[in-house]
Amino acid sequence: MNLWIWLLLSCLLAYAWKLLGYLVPASLLRNPRMSRIAGTMTIGLLASLTVVNAVASGQSLVLDARLGALAAAGIALWFRAPFLVVVIAGAAAAAGLRLLGWD
Amino acid sequence: MGLDSDATEPAPVKILQSPAVRIGLSISIATGLYGVSFGALSVTSGLDFWQTMALSLLLFSGGSQFAFIGVVAGGGSGVAAMGAATLLGMRNGIYGMQINALLQPRGWRRFAAAQLTIDESTATSTGQTDPDEQKRGFWTAGIGVFVLWNLFTALGAMAGGALGDPKQWGLDGAAVAAFLGLLWPRLKGKEPVAIAVVCALATVLAVPFVPPGVPILVAALVAAGIGWFSHGRSDEGLEPDVDPYAEQHAQHHHDPAGDHRGDRRGDRTGDDA
Repeated sequence: MNLWIWLLLSCLLAYAWKLLGYLVPASLLRNPRMSRIAGTMTIGLLASLTVVNAVASGQSLVLDARLGALAAAGIALWFRAPFLVVVIAGAAAAAGLRLLGWD
Repeated sequence: MGLDSDATEPAPVKILQSPAVRIGLSISIATGLYGVSFGALSVTSGLDFWQTMALSLLLFSGGSQFAFIGVVAGGGSGVAAMGAATLLGMRNGIYGMQINALLQPRGWRRFAAAQLTIDESTATSTGQTDPDEQKRGFWTAGIGVFVLWNLFTALGAMAGGALGDPKQWGLDGAAVAAFLGLLWPRLKGKEPVAIAVVCALATVLAVPFVPPGVPILVAALVAAGIGWFSHGRSDEGLEPDVDPYAEQHAQHHHDPAGDHRGDRRGDRTGDDA
């Protein structure tokens, strides 16, 4: 039940961000520093999320089949595979490695 | 929506000939299918069916949704999950400003447009030069992704329980791949790569010392610090998650007047699709 509260608050805040964009005068977007921070932050968050999902398990670092998924996704992206193919490659690599007994 | 501003033909024929609509539809299918992965991962992260659906219906922003369940799956608190999801949703505000400038929706449409403001709808819209095409692209991708994403989230959430251990199907690997896939198009040039590496390192260093979810916020702070002090392009990292033009136009050139994404991408009109 506790999770519901944070979940619904998250939804509210997500909508607030979106709506804020429509309410704020466009001139703020032209502030180069603000838009630069939004850009670097997006990169940082996505890099962090990638790493957390690949090697973190609670508060410990684990090397398991997810690392194979990361590698497979990297290879797929290198060869300019579409987004969906990249996701499938990651899933297949992790599932395949587990089938072979790693992790 | 101004669909028939230059139409002498009945709308249905014209609509499917619109490049923006075609791109919007294909991106809707690609992204929508991926909702299966979210639904399945969400229920195995410990959320129930309706919590999963609430995220897809109300929060409706892929990255933030995965961030939320990612923190929960890692044993993080609800507050940490909310923090990660909210930080990741910040860029939708930037998108909102752009769409507001392009479409200028009025009345209830402004509130509907806000909910549909995500990477895909913004990318489809700002990739067009014609104002009517920008409108069609935004609404097609926005509504299309919303409908399919929620449909497939429900499917994944229901199948997720029946699938047993999602690890067997590599669904945790799918999440890793998805985040790398979202990050990849942003890594153009040395600075974005450096930012990604520094933030990845900061994350790894933080994991053993702080509660789950917090390493992501640490990385966000580091990234914000870099953004504050750096002198890179002002639109750095604000690329769309899925670029519908990536395949057809491998080389894209900069519009000299372009100081934001909408202008910069403006040269890529929908002559394909």
